[in-house]
Amino acid sequence: MSIKIDKTKCIGCQKCKQVCPGNLIRLDKQGKAEIHAAEECWGCASCLKECSQNAIRYYLGADMGGNGTLLYVKDNETTIEWVIDKGDGTTESIIINKSNSNSY
Amino acid sequence: MEIKQQATDVLIIGGGAAGCYAAFTIAEQNPALSILLVDKANIKRSGCLAAGVNALNAYITKGQVPEDYVAYAKRDAEDIVREDLLLSMAQGLNRVTQKVESLGLVILKDANGEYVARGNRNLKINGENIKPILAKEVARHKNITVLNHVNIIDYINQSGAVIGAYGLSAEHNLFYVLTAKAVICATGGAAGLYKPNNPGFSRHKMWYSPFNTGAGYAMGIRVGAEMTTFEMRFIALRCKDTISPTGTLAQGVLAAQINSCGEEYQYKYGNTTAERVYATIQENLAGRGPCYLKTKGISLAQEEALKKAYLNMSPAQTLKWIESGTGPGQDNVEIEATEPYIVGGHTASGYWVDGNRATTLPGLFAAGDVAGGCPQKYVTGAFVEGEIAGKAAVVYAAKQKLPKLNEGLLEQKYQYVQEYFHNEISLYSTGELEEAMQKVMDTYAGGITSHYQFNEKQLDLAQQKIEKIVKLSKKLNAADTYELVRIFELKERLTVCQVLIAHLKARHETRWHSFAENLDYPNKSQAWEKYVNSRYHAGEIKIIFRKLVGRGERYEHQN
Repeated sequence: MSIKIDKTKCIGCQKCKQVCPGNLIRLDKQGKAEIHAAEECWGCASCLKECSQNAIRYYLGADMGGNGTLLYVKDNETTIEWVIDKGDGTTESIIINKSNSNSY
Repeated sequence: MEIKQQATDVLIIGGGAAGCYAAFTIAEQNPALSILLVDKANIKRSGCLAAGVNALNAYITKGQVPEDYVAYAKRDAEDIVREDLLLSMAQGLNRVTQKVESLGLVILKDANGEYVARGNRNLKINGENIKPILAKEVARHKNITVLNHVNIIDYINQSGAVIGAYGLSAEHNLFYVLTAKAVICATGGAAGLYKPNNPGFSRHKMWYSPFNTGAGYAMGIRVGAEMTTFEMRFIALRCKDTISPTGTLAQGVLAAQINSCGEEYQYKYGNTTAERVYATIQENLAGRGPCYLKTKGISLAQEEALKKAYLNMSPAQTLKWIESGTGPGQDNVEIEATEPYIVGGHTASGYWVDGNRATTLPGLFAAGDVAGGCPQKYVTGAFVEGEIAGKAAVVYAAKQKLPKLNEGLLEQKYQYVQEYFHNEISLYSTGELEEAMQKVMDTYAGGITSHYQFNEKQLDLAQQKIEKIVKLSKKLNAADTYELVRIFELKERLTVCQVLIAHLKARHETRWHSFAENLDYPNKSQAWEKYVNSRYHAGEIKIIFRKLVGRGERYEHQN
């Protein structure tokens, strides 16, 4: 359970660093975000929602059955779009309207 | 490391549900008071609600009264609760729910504008943004100052009263000295005491926030606050691997617990929270594992709704379904029990408080997961406790002058912290000692490996081994303030472990299966219808037994 940050996409805005509940994100020498203890990530996805560049990818560790799929988030004003990149060139999106309650 | 001093009327430690609610309750009613809200991360996404929350689990639904909620919580905790605290919490549940709805929380309503209940006590919501909503309301008040990314490490205890706290900022390399007329502790409970379900790379994929290290408990213990019911550990029943909530499946699509033979088993064991964990362990031990929530056969529409619900609180589960190519409609969801936690929002562990949520130390109040005696409070109950503690702290603060700090005390604490920079490079790292602690607790104090069971001899060994790790922790070396914070987090957990072991040893019965399964005393006994409390003094943990506070009774601190 952790995240990977694509440094080519990161613009160094530090929003992910600000919200990480474990203070696990730092800036590298080039001013790009990096997770400095990948094994300490809780998997809360807070950083994904902050990233305007979709530079952060969320994945399940192999020890919890992860199979290489990546998840990122497009947080818009009224919706959250969760994009699942299956690693075989296909993606699947789940769009949640923020004003809708869970059905369960 | 530079020293930075700051004074305030009310200091709130921890910006979660209870801390934020306390802050804006005080701010709203007392515009002239200054409030300082300190969090180890950023209140927008800190603590156990970072990812969101799946439902409001504590609400008085139509046809129910607060006394029904008290009766339910009392039954679930097998009578070891404070009925006075439960009642005042339950009486505020609907009020705070309305308040957070007005702040923007989405709650499901029917065509008549009434909340839609999930079972007898729950409301369906979209809780993904519950923390941003609380943080936004805090920011609206000009008399609240928020100090993000500061770890509070100890109270300032002067002449027997709590008059503030010391903190560390890893980012700015600062030693904070915060003084206040009143202090509210709202830090949350303790995770990471025991070896977790995924002990390797995904070690932090756990039920409770792995960043809740028990700081609030440990700081109180160190200055001699009375603590209650640490022996009532909390163990969650979760979806396997992702450690995601099961309540959404059990209550949402009415999925029953079944074993690998397809048999429903819960009815054989009772149906309290502890018994649901115990039942699953017993089925596995009897060779009928693994156990599942029976979701097979639910409709495609239900499956889609579940995927969305999990994204709003625990995205790993949805990812797992999509990644595996099968959903809950095709495959039942395997379940497992987590490692034990100490958390007063679910069980009754925490500070021993009076009706105002005042602790036994003058100047110190407790709310939410750190406040004891009031289990099943969940998020809304934490709001109510924040409100109660906030109001009481204001009354207390009005009688105080801004404290004058004894400079000698400050110097002593600063030097104590500095020692970790000056220690020689130690053989063991902080992470290694944390792993050692978790292994000891797992093996000898009833962790996952020992099926949550223990006996007195094992607890004695746990005590001895934890003491050894405490000694080793004093020799740890910090290269920077970030590492220093990690050392303090380990020390907090070790302190909580020591008190937990003492409590497990003190209760000579098994009142709650799995939560405190003492093999030397395997039965429940009427003689143990009392609280096990403790107080740390002069290096010893002293156990105190107290009479139950029942229906219609009120407990007040005696001087």
